[in-house]
Amino acid sequence: MKLAEVQNRVSVRKPVFMKTGATQKLLAFASLILLVVFFSLSSENFLRFDNVIGIMLSTAVIGVLALGSTFVIITGGIDLSVGTVMTFASVMTGVVITFWGLPIPLGIAGGILTGALCGFISGWLVAKMNIPPFIATLGMMMVTKGLSLVVSGTKPIYFNDTPAFSKIAMGTVFKVPFAVFIFFGLAIIASIVLSKTIIGRYNFALGSNEEATRLSGVNVTFWKILIYVITGAFAGIAGIMMASRLNSAQPALGSGYELEAIAAVVIGGTSLSGGQGSILGTVIGALIMSVLTNGLRILSVPQEWQVVIVGLVVIGAVYADILRRRKK
Amino acid sequence: MSQILVSMDGITKQFPGVLALDQCRFELRAGEVHALVGENGAGKSTMMKILTGVYTKDAGRIVYKGKEVEIAHTKAAQNLGIGIIHQELQLMPDLTIAQNIFIGREPRTKFPLFLDDNELNGRTQALFEQMNLKLDPRTLVSELTVAKQQMVEIAKALSFKSEVLIMDEPTAALTNAEIDELFRMITQLREQGVGIVYISHRMEELKRITDRITVMRDGCYVDTVRTDEATIDAIISMMVGRQIYSTSKPSIDGSGQQTKVLEVQRLSRGNAVKDVSFHLNKGEIVGFAGLMGAGRTEVARAIFGADPIDSGEILVNGKSVSIKGPNDAVRCGIGYLSEDRKQFGLLVDMDVKTNISIASYRSFRNPFGWMKQAKMERNAEAHVASLKIKTPNVDQKVKFLSGGNQQKVVIGKWLTRDCQILMIDEPTRGIDVGAKSEIYKLLDELVQQGKSIIMISSELPEILRMSHRIIVMCEGRITGELSSAEATQEAIMKFATMRVEEEAK
Repeated sequence: MKLAEVQNRVSVRKPVFMKTGATQKLLAFASLILLVVFFSLSSENFLRFDNVIGIMLSTAVIGVLALGSTFVIITGGIDLSVGTVMTFASVMTGVVITFWGLPIPLGIAGGILTGALCGFISGWLVAKMNIPPFIATLGMMMVTKGLSLVVSGTKPIYFNDTPAFSKIAMGTVFKVPFAVFIFFGLAIIASIVLSKTIIGRYNFALGSNEEATRLSGVNVTFWKILIYVITGAFAGIAGIMMASRLNSAQPALGSGYELEAIAAVVIGGTSLSGGQGSILGTVIGALIMSVLTNGLRILSVPQEWQVVIVGLVVIGAVYADILRRRKK
Repeated sequence: MSQILVSMDGITKQFPGVLALDQCRFELRAGEVHALVGENGAGKSTMMKILTGVYTKDAGRIVYKGKEVEIAHTKAAQNLGIGIIHQELQLMPDLTIAQNIFIGREPRTKFPLFLDDNELNGRTQALFEQMNLKLDPRTLVSELTVAKQQMVEIAKALSFKSEVLIMDEPTAALTNAEIDELFRMITQLREQGVGIVYISHRMEELKRITDRITVMRDGCYVDTVRTDEATIDAIISMMVGRQIYSTSKPSIDGSGQQTKVLEVQRLSRGNAVKDVSFHLNKGEIVGFAGLMGAGRTEVARAIFGADPIDSGEILVNGKSVSIKGPNDAVRCGIGYLSEDRKQFGLLVDMDVKTNISIASYRSFRNPFGWMKQAKMERNAEAHVASLKIKTPNVDQKVKFLSGGNQQKVVIGKWLTRDCQILMIDEPTRGIDVGAKSEIYKLLDELVQQGKSIIMISSELPEILRMSHRIIVMCEGRITGELSSAEATQEAIMKFATMRVEEEAK
C-alpha cells in the first residue's frame, strides 16, 4: 500500500455520531426502541400517559446514581458505595430538616455535601492511598450503610412538618413530576461537563492511559479525587430525590442500588476498563432497565423472573461490548 | 561545525549493586542526528533517562547550550526543550490526536473550566502544517497505525519547542514504507536545526540517517565516530569489545545419536514470531540469541502454549502434537522457565517443598484429594540435595532464598514433573556471578543426563559458553544458525541486527 493511500485512509473523517462507543450506543438505542415497540404492541396499557410517567419516575433516582457512576467508571474505577451513600445523604437531609428544624434549602445542601464528602473520602483512598477502587468503595459502602442506621436510630425520619419537601421530587408541571426534570436536567449538565470541560477531558485521559496522563504533567491525584467527589454529589442528589419521593428518609434502603446503576452505565456502552463512555448511553441504559421492568410487570411476568431477565440483559450488553472490542 | 546543544561529561550512575554508568560522555550538536549504540544493558537508556530527568546522575555535568544545568525531573527537561519519544508510546488511545498533543496544556475559553476545542484543533493543525503532516487533529489515536502514533508523539515533543529530540528504537514497529516516512521527517527536523539522538540496533539504518555514532559498552563510553568514516563491522566490534571469555566450549556428545526430541515447523504468531523452524536434539543445549524484542521469549511462550499461535507445527519425539495451553505442553514433557521467576515461575510466599511439587500435584495426592505430605517432602529433599539448593530445610519460604537458589527450585519443579525438554529464559538474570557458574554446571549435568534445553539469553558470553548450537533471531525471524565452533560475538551480533526485508504487501 502506498503511503498516500494509508494517509487517506487514516484521515477520512467519520461522522460525529460514529465516534466513541457509537456502535454500542446505537445498539442500546435500537434495543430501547425495540422494547418500547414490543411492549406497546403487547399491551395497550404500556404507552398510556400515566405508565410512561411511571417509567420515567422509576428511572429518575437510579438514573441520577448512574449519571454519577459514569464519571468514575470512565476513569476505569468503580464506586460501589453510591447506593448507601444515597441513603446516608437522605438521612442527613432528614437530620437537618426534621431533627434540627432548619430550612429545606439547608437540608438539600446538607444532603449534597454529605454525598460529596463520602466521594472525597473514597477518591482520597483510591488516588492518594492507592487502595483499589473496588475495596475502597466497598468499605465506604459498609461504613455509610452503618452510619445511616446509627444517625437515624434505625428508624425512618419523616418530613411530615415540612410538606414542601415532598414537592422537590413529586411536584408536577403538566402532570410530569419534578424528579423527571431533575434527572434530565442533570443528564444535560453531566453531558456538558464530560464533553466540554477540562474535568471531562482528564476523566477520559485517566481511563485511557493513566501513566501517560501523569507523565504529561497532569495532577492525576487531584482530578481523580474530584471525579469521585462528583460521583458522590450525584449520589447525594439522588438521596434527596428519594427522600422527597417517599416523604421520609429510610435508613435501611439503598443497598443494591449501586449495582443497578452500574448495570445501567454498562448497558449504555461505557466500558468498565475505562476510557470510553457517554452520558447519553447511560440515560438510554437506565431507561432500558426501567422499561424492561415495567413492561414485564404489565405482561404479568412474575417479579422473580423479571430480575432474572434483567440479569441476562446486563450479561448480554457486556458481551456485546467485548465482541465489539475484539473486532477492533 | 554547528553549535553544541548538549554536552554530557563524566556521567556516573550507581544502582543498588550495579554501576550502570561509569564516567560516560556524550555530545549533541544542533542539526545532527547522533546515534547511540551498544548491547542490551550497555547504558544507553540510563544515559538518556538522566538527560530527560527520569534519573538523577550521581556525578558528572550536563551543559546545555553553553550553560551547566541540573535536570531534576522530567518537567525540567521539557522546559529546557529536551523531548523524548519512548519505545513504548505514551499516548491515550481514547482521546483525539489534538487532545493527546495538548494534554495538560489545553487551551480554555473565557470560563477556565471550559475547553476551547477550536483553538486546540487549530493549533494542532498549524503544527502539522509546519511538519508537512497530513493528519486530522480530530482523529482518535486508537484509529491510527503505530507509525502515525509515533508522528503524533514527535508532534507533541515539537510542540514544546524541543531543540533536542531523543528517539528510542523508533523503527522497531514500523514497516519499510513507514520508516522512509519517519526518515523524511527526521531529515526535515535536522534541517531546522533540531539535534536528534537516535537509539537503534539496526546498523544499516545508522548508515542511512545518522551523522555520528557514539558506542557504549558495559556502562562505559567507548568512542564517537563519524558515520561516513566507520564501517558496520568496526562499530559491531566496538560494541562487543575484545573481551576474553572462558572459551571452554561445552563437551558435545557427538556420539552421532542425533535424536530430534523437538521439532518446530513454520511457527508464526502475529508480528512477534514469523515463520520460525528449528529442531532440538536429545542432550543438546540450543542457545537463542538476539536483541531485546527479537521474539525469542515469544517463540518459547508459543511452543509452551502460553500464547495462541497463528500457524505452525510442533513435533515432540517425532510425533505431531497439539499444544493449546501450558498443560498440554507439560504433558508432552516441555517445561518453561520464565525470565521473570518471581512473577511467573515461583510462589514466592510459599515454601520450597510446595514450589517443587506444584506442577506435579497429581502424583502427590491420594484418590480423595489429600496431599501426601511425606512423599512431597522426600521428593523435595531429594532435589534440594541433587541440585545443591542452599536452604535450611524444605519448609523455607522461597522468597528468603538467593536468586540462584530460586532458579534451582524452578528447575527442580520441572524435573519433578519429569520434563525432558526445558526452555529456560535468561537462566542467570538477577543471579550473582558466583552462582552463575553453578547454574551453568547444573545445566551441563542435565543435558548429560539426556535432558534437552533451549536457552534464551541476552548475554553473549553465556550463549557462547553454554550452547552446542546457536540460533539468532531478529524481529520475529530466525536470521542465522551457528555451530558452537563457528560462533563469535561478532557473528552473532551481525545476525541479530539483520533485518529481513518485508515482502511487499
